[in-house]
Amino acid sequence: MTEPVTETLTETHSDDHHHPSDWEYIKVALILAAITGVEVFTYFESVLNWGAFLVPGLLFMMVIKFWLVARMFMHLKADGAILSQFFGGGLALATGVYIATLLSFNFFG
Amino acid sequence: MSTAVLHDHPPTNTGISHTKLAMWLFLGSECLLFGGLISTYLLYKTQGNGGIIPADIFDIPFTSISSFVLLMSSLTMVLALSSVTRGDMHRGKAWLVVTALLGGVFIGGQVYEFTSFYREGLGYTTNPASSAFYTLTGFHGVHVSLGIVMLMSLFVAAHQGKLKPENAETVEIVGLYWHFVDIVWIFIFTVIYLIPVE
Repeated sequence: MTEPVTETLTETHSDDHHHPSDWEYIKVALILAAITGVEVFTYFESVLNWGAFLVPGLLFMMVIKFWLVARMFMHLKADGAILSQFFGGGLALATGVYIATLLSFNFFG
Repeated sequence: MSTAVLHDHPPTNTGISHTKLAMWLFLGSECLLFGGLISTYLLYKTQGNGGIIPADIFDIPFTSISSFVLLMSSLTMVLALSSVTRGDMHRGKAWLVVTALLGGVFIGGQVYEFTSFYREGLGYTTNPASSAFYTLTGFHGVHVSLGIVMLMSLFVAAHQGKLKPENAETVEIVGLYWHFVDIVWIFIFTVIYLIPVE
């Protein structure tokens, strides 16, 4: 015999999770600002010549910024894993599809 | 120290409200939209038909400033959410307006950039590279503009007393959209502007 349904549509549930404090948000923003500063410096070759490390370096900094915003500002760290899976699924699908597209056009040489 | 967040919503199988889940699904699908636009630009970025291409006239210092402004608007957005969650509606409204203003500064910068590019002779249909560039950055600009409309709607609702700490999730959902727009720009700024065109 199945359990009787005790919930009604008028009941409410609560998402009880912990978001970062204001100070943590500010610290993340400072890190993001610092990384952006380094990114911009790469444009001025007279400051530092990155050579072959320029593109991998820029992509690495981009991923760090992306990850920080998604994890801290969008609360993926605090919220359920299902949200990360939804977003990660779309992101992975987009990355796969468009890398395949670029490969088919010989974009990477 | 972290802040405990309680959002009330009807019961769901996942324990997460349907609206929040729907926004994340929407953002996942948006990755495909922007992925397509970015890929198109990457494929056509050097096709100038013998004329100038966007990369020839990028003003990196200027774009860096507008990128920084958009990045900082993500901070003000989370501060708005944090204030509303705490019930500090006065501060929450202030941060919402600051976020919208920073978004407005970014859009103003984009209008300036488009105008200066046009004066340099780079119109929407000048060549495949320019079409791909304006379509990509224009779509992003439309997303930022819609975000500003949402932020101002929240401000008006808060001003009228309709936005309360119990429905802080509405602010969080608008915030998710806003941060996503920021994330897309993080990608565009690096891949389109900073990585040199060979």
